[in-house]
Amino acid sequence: MNKIGLIIRREYWTRVRKKSFIIMTILGPLIFAGIVFVPIWLASSESSDEKVIAVSDESCLLQNGFRNEEDGSIQYEYITISLDQAKADFPKSNRYGLLYIPELDLDDPQGITFFAETNPSIQLLRNIRRTVRQNIRDLKLERSSISRETLEALETNVDISTINLTQAGEEQQGNAEVASVVGYVGAFLIYIFIFLYGAQVMRGVIEEKSSRIVEVIISSVRPFQLMVGKVIGVASVGLTQFLLWVGFTLLIVNIAGSFFPDIAADPSATAVPMAQVPENSPELEAMQDFSSIFGSVNVPLLIGCFIFYFLGGYLMYGALFAAVGSAADSDTDTQQFMLPVSAPLIISIVTLAAILNEPNGTLAFWMSMIPFTSPVVMMMRIPFGLPTWELMLSMTLLIGGFIFTTWLAAKIYRIGILTYGTKVNYKTIGKWLFQ
Amino acid sequence: MYLLETQHISKRYANHEALRDVSVTIPRQSIFGLLGPNGAGKTTLIRIINQIIEADEGQILIKDEPLEPKHIADIGYLPEERGLYKKMKVGEQLIYLAQLKGLSRSEAVKRIKSWFERLEVSGWSEKKIEDLSKGMQQKIQFIATVVHDPDLIILDEPFTGFDPVNANLIKDEILTLQERGKTIIFSTHRMESVEELCTHIALINKSEKILDGKKQDIKNQFRSNTYEIVHLGDFNGVDLEYQLLGEEPLEENYTKSTVQIAETTSPNELLRSLIPHIEIHGFQEKLPTINEIFIAAVQ
Repeated sequence: MNKIGLIIRREYWTRVRKKSFIIMTILGPLIFAGIVFVPIWLASSESSDEKVIAVSDESCLLQNGFRNEEDGSIQYEYITISLDQAKADFPKSNRYGLLYIPELDLDDPQGITFFAETNPSIQLLRNIRRTVRQNIRDLKLERSSISRETLEALETNVDISTINLTQAGEEQQGNAEVASVVGYVGAFLIYIFIFLYGAQVMRGVIEEKSSRIVEVIISSVRPFQLMVGKVIGVASVGLTQFLLWVGFTLLIVNIAGSFFPDIAADPSATAVPMAQVPENSPELEAMQDFSSIFGSVNVPLLIGCFIFYFLGGYLMYGALFAAVGSAADSDTDTQQFMLPVSAPLIISIVTLAAILNEPNGTLAFWMSMIPFTSPVVMMMRIPFGLPTWELMLSMTLLIGGFIFTTWLAAKIYRIGILTYGTKVNYKTIGKWLFQ
Repeated sequence: MYLLETQHISKRYANHEALRDVSVTIPRQSIFGLLGPNGAGKTTLIRIINQIIEADEGQILIKDEPLEPKHIADIGYLPEERGLYKKMKVGEQLIYLAQLKGLSRSEAVKRIKSWFERLEVSGWSEKKIEDLSKGMQQKIQFIATVVHDPDLIILDEPFTGFDPVNANLIKDEILTLQERGKTIIFSTHRMESVEELCTHIALINKSEKILDGKKQDIKNQFRSNTYEIVHLGDFNGVDLEYQLLGEEPLEENYTKSTVQIAETTSPNELLRSLIPHIEIHGFQEKLPTINEIFIAAVQ
């Protein structure tokens, strides 16, 4: 055991001190923070320069239709001069755009044109379109003598709130949208981490093999110890990176948050520019009371399970990646073996959408039991809640699974690392397994 | 007293037999030459002794005990295919390898320092392996092999990659180690270094041991009643059955003739029959070189 400890320490320290690790550790949170804050920053900086849009309304139908945005970002200015005149004046006028509304046929409004020096944003166009549409609708309502109130009275807002009944009989407020977002993020993180660090194990094995140091090492330790030490050492690197990312991201979000206190305090503000979602959409509602609904997801359980399934899944695949590395002389030789190793992972990512539809269905159940797919699939299911026995069974199977793959991989590994120059195929690997 | 004994070692791979019933005994404080053509099974035997792979049959005794994982610390191994972690610093790497052999960190640091001085490599500790020349890397690897002060040192082609100066340095170190009571297994194709260093040899061919023992005994075993005579005058009229294997003119009319006589004839008889005909300036029995034995035995 002492020797495994030495190997873990070497694998850990040489990797953690690498420039690429340090750069990724610093860049990762900056990228995450960037994803959160750049849209906010853009949104807030946009509002500072106000846009003036001239409206030339020849139909006179929309005389009071356009209202200035409350934050002053867009001001509408009605002009009465002819279109040609307005276009000629435009370069000098400092206006952002010129909206031309010709004589309109209410049933088939044609010819509304927006002139601007640069392409207008989708949101701006959408606002204009909505305003025109609403005004035309109001006019049509008037024409058919239906009042606005009558129409609004016809519309009914239906809101379904979901409550999860736990086994203890407690009621928990559930939120499918939040659960799916959390599930997706968790599942993808596990998928990426397994591939990222699995590949590191593989490359480490190939490096030892191609530099021929492996013979020196295994004259001191058993191949199994070397393999396990490497897999665990790289796992610690992955865990360190993950925890540093979480820490740094929180730090950066906090620091950056203090620069945008209003926005950071009001999640709805971040949601609008990010997602560009129309009002009253379920996504927006989900975002708006994100923090309150987050209570529906058991955060400590989620983090605990994430770490468990990350480690379990990684250990399971890490050993296999080590075996693939041992059977190859160089990176390019690994590809034929990479497919069967990575196929279950890819399948689990592909089926996520189906599992999302029915997080407690048969497919979801079996895929979260099979150790090859359970790490990714389980992360998708946990936010939706599932019986404790299923979780326990899945965890037990995963532990069994990684013990099995480690045993299997060790059989390939101990021979593979000493095999040079021969083209290894499935037949040879079969022989190694049953030797 | 034997340091290491292999008893009836056999090893089969999927497609071929690597070793068949190989038994050798390696005396303490010997320099044991393990010889054989390429692919004869030497590396397999060395790997079995290093517990890198397991023998299918047979057992190995080290210091009269069956070989076990705890004996790893008693063996130092320099594989033919050298290799170190390229990106790691020399000092760190040696400490790591020494610790894997069971040394404590402080002990490892102390020993490495003294080896650095012996092999004139002080000041390399912070360098990365990839920045060193091949010969320098070899020195580091040699240190890694002996740093834990093992009783048995297995050197597979130890002189490749060294210039003559450094090869001599390593040769002296090998002899010093032997003087200090260490046993060395020495696998090489360079017969002149076997001739120079080895006290014992074993020859493996086609998975089997074909001969082993003291170097001198083997040479005697292969003696062929051949004599080298430095002389003036011609061999004409010698009254003895002999075979002239070679004639080499030397300076000032001397000739060196290589003569083989029948097994029943003694060197004195040869001398006696030669004296009337030629003036003898030198007379020596020609023992076969290891190279000749090697080629003869393998064929």
